[in-house]
This record gives sequence, C-alpha cells and structure tokens, in this order.
Amino acid sequence: MIENLNILITEIYKVFLLLIPILTAIAMIVWLDRRVWAFVQKRRGPNVVGPFGLFQSLADALKYIFKEIIIPASANKIIFILAPIVTMTLALISWAVIPFSEEIVLANINVGILYLFAVSSLGVYGIIMGGWASNSKYPFLGAIRSAAQMVSYEVSIGVIIINVLLCVGSLNLTDIVLAQENLWFIVPLFPMFVIFFISALAETNRPPFDLPEAEAELVAGYQTEYSGMMYAMFWLGEYANILLMCSMGSILFLGGWLSPIDLYPFTLVPAPLWLILKILLLFILFALVKAIVPRYRYDQLMKLGWKIFLPLSLTWVVLTASYLFYFNLLPVN
Amino acid sequence: MIIHSIFFYIFSIIAVFSAIMVTVSRNTVHSVFFLILDFITISCLFIMIGAEFIGMIMLIVYVGAVAVLFLFVVMMLNVSKQKNEWLGGAKNSNHIPIGLLISGVIFFELIIVVGGWKYKPDLLKTFSSIGIDLNTTNTHEIGKVLYTDYIHLFQLSGMVLLVAMIGAIVLTFRQREGIKRQSYFKQVSRERNESVELVDPKNNEGVKIDV
Repeated sequence: MIENLNILITEIYKVFLLLIPILTAIAMIVWLDRRVWAFVQKRRGPNVVGPFGLFQSLADALKYIFKEIIIPASANKIIFILAPIVTMTLALISWAVIPFSEEIVLANINVGILYLFAVSSLGVYGIIMGGWASNSKYPFLGAIRSAAQMVSYEVSIGVIIINVLLCVGSLNLTDIVLAQENLWFIVPLFPMFVIFFISALAETNRPPFDLPEAEAELVAGYQTEYSGMMYAMFWLGEYANILLMCSMGSILFLGGWLSPIDLYPFTLVPAPLWLILKILLLFILFALVKAIVPRYRYDQLMKLGWKIFLPLSLTWVVLTASYLFYFNLLPVN
Repeated sequence: MIIHSIFFYIFSIIAVFSAIMVTVSRNTVHSVFFLILDFITISCLFIMIGAEFIGMIMLIVYVGAVAVLFLFVVMMLNVSKQKNEWLGGAKNSNHIPIGLLISGVIFFELIIVVGGWKYKPDLLKTFSSIGIDLNTTNTHEIGKVLYTDYIHLFQLSGMVLLVAMIGAIVLTFRQREGIKRQSYFKQVSRERNESVELVDPKNNEGVKIDV
C-alpha cells in the first residue's frame, strides 16, 4: 500500500512539473501572439505591464478572475458550466504524451499519436456544449459551424498522420522523433507539412478560419454568453490547443527534440530547448498568419477541406506507400 | 493488482450507469452526452485489458465522429416538445411495445451467445500457441492478421462503408437551378479584353447590357 502511495505521489509531482510550465507558457504565448500581431500592423502591442509588457496576460487573468460569472436564466446550467471545463481539461491532458527528450516524457505509451489525435478530436465537445447550453441563437450557430469545421479538418490531419506513420512504422511519439535522426520528415513530406499547418489553423479555429467566433456575423459565436473566468477558460484552452498543434507539428515533421545539425555547438543545447524553439517557430507562423490573412468564407472553407486537402493527402498516402514499397524502405520491426 | 480491479469496477460502474441513463434521461441531449460518457469508459476498459489500439480507435471513431453527428441531429430537435411527449404521451403511442420486443430479442441473442461461450483453459499461458507474440505492440499484431488472413473481409467492410457513403450522398444530392456558383478557375482566368468593352452610347438611347 505504501509503495502504491509513493508511486501516486511521484506521478502527481511529475504532472505538476509538466502542468505549471505549460500554464505559464500559455500565458506567455498569448502575450507573444498579441505582440507579433501588433508588430505586423506597426502598432506597439501590450508593453505597459512589466518588462516589455510580459505580465499583461497575468493582469488579464486577474481581471477575469474577479469578474462576475453570469449564467443566463434559460441556459442548461450543468452543461453550461461543464463546457469550459471540458475544453480546458482536454487541452491539457494531451500534453501527457508529448516527449521533451528521449527520457523526459510523462507517459510513453505505445499509441501516443493516436491518443493525441483522439483527444484533439474530443476538443469539439467543449464548443458544442457551450453553444447548445447557452440556449441562444448566435452561440448555437457558432457551435454548429465550429463542429462541422473541426470534423472536416480532422479527416485530413488523420490522413497526414498516416503518411508519417508509414515512414516510421510505430505509433509511439518517441519512435517517431527517433526515426527522423537522419532526415526530418519536413523534407520528403513537405506538401503534407503545409497541409498539416493549414489544417491545424482550421482545427484550432484560428484566423483565417475563425468562423465560429466571427465577431462581425456571430458576435463571438459559442462564447457569447460566457463571462469572467469561464470565458477565460475557453480562451486559455484555445491557446493550449494551439500550442499542442505546434508541438504535434514539430514532433511529426521538424524532428521533435533533435538538433538540426549534429555538431559540437548545437549538441550543447539541451534537447527540450530544441523542441521549445521549434514550437515557438511554428507559433510565430500561426501569429503571422493571423495578422496577414483575411477571413475565409464558410463554403470556401468546406471546399478547401473536403475537395482539396482530403484528395491531396490521400494521393500522397498512396505515393508514399508505393515509394517505400518500391525501394524496399518500409520500416519492418 | 488491487488497484487494477478498483479501476475496473469504477469504470464498469460508470459504464453501466451511463448506459442506463442514456435510456432513462428525459432530455435527449443529455442522453447523447451519457452515450459519450459510456463510449469513453468502454475505451478505458479496453485500454485496461491492454487493447490500447482498439480503445483509441473507439475514442476517435465513436466519440470523435459518430457521437458528434448524433449530437448534431439531436440538438436540432425541439427538446421541450420532446420532453412532454416522452412519458406523458406514451399511452397513445405504439413505440414502447416495439422497443420492448427488439430489446427482448437482442437480450436473448446475447444470452445464447454468452451462454455458449467457453474460454480455453489457461488462456493467458497459451498465448504463444495461437500465434500472438506478447513482446510486440497489439497494433502490429492486428496489422499482421488484418492484412493477411482477413484481407477479404477487411476489404469487403470497406466496400460496405463506401456504398453507404455513396448512398448518403446520392440521397441528399440535388441539382438546383438558377443559382450562381463560384468557379475559381473562371475568376482567375478572366482577362481584360473579354470583360471590358468600350461603347459609344447614343443620346437618349443608352446602352443595352446583356449579362
């Protein structure tokens, strides 16, 4: 019994060791997003609170905590309260399988990539629940839009993952990274990386695909009725999802924790730092896209997902499989 | 092992409870959410017996896709109207005896199947004799039999799904007339000389524009 308790305590300790940096990172990433956005538009962005405005997110969080939570009278109370909790929880639990180096990983499970995919496909529930439970027109429309959008783009993300898995021969995330020691998958699978990046934008409801919250037509969509900390949880969950998509992209295509060149000055840098740098690079791309691309029309969004990305990535699966089979490169264990 | 059984009982209790709540709860949207909870706990049970691949596929396919469509349909229903009809209107509706009949048939089928089921003695120890290597992951094992021994059945089920998909598309597809479709190719390949024209309008007559 004592042994079990010991295991439990060490596991909880590990979880907190992972969770606290991630929550801090989310706060910082919100600041970074606004800064990049501002720089592109030749504004200053948040620069008042703390050095370079670094504490802006903390100030915002404090403001949200002390605001009143309003629950609409005709809302379905249980589901209304559950929705932001579901969003936030799902965004955080997927970090359990992300490997920060060969040793530093909370749960090194056999089906790591499937777990990531499953949890990210559950993310849609937070939004549907929030939209339906608000019992109001705009949130409901936003929720339906968002659900259709996320289900569509999940398909192409799944097919892209199959491409990578064909080259690796394992569902384990550590194996996926180790398979890229000689060549990062971004080189042979570059078109897939581009499609993955765009699908990730759509999956996380980022601009130019932020139709669920299109403020001009839907008054912020599914989160219209939310206020205070509940709104902040939706918002933080969204950013946690964006970070997760960035880390997924860097693990699948950019070689995870591996250094770009296996030579002396680069090997000094600790492995997790490389992963963090790659995540940051992808995130800055996300932020740049937000600043420079106008919002898509809804039918164009659906057309892009089903008529362009799905056939393209399916064709690429056939190509990859045939290439690997023909040159006898299929990974066999 | 104790912790293992504790978790097993927790998950099974949640699974049975949510399965009952699917049928009992009066709000249809709540039933769908209980169904989702049921799917999730069942996939937890799959993971506990070491079938992590099936557990994850269960999450992706059922919770991530099928239940979302369920939720879509159910949310469109008028819930408050539905609520009044459920038990109050049961007297003058005939769906309860049919439901009872179907569930009775399924129940007896299950009894027949489970009653006739026999486990091989010492199943776990003789795993190697049925060709399962305990050292590889079960994703590899499934792949080995699915694409060799069961390839025809696997392809056949794929065909069934394809036919169902095409059927659904054909049923909902309708060609509407008189709507303007956007063609990117046409828009991009427009050139000046075919879209702009200089005319000399005569006084008091104007220009006839045909689109």
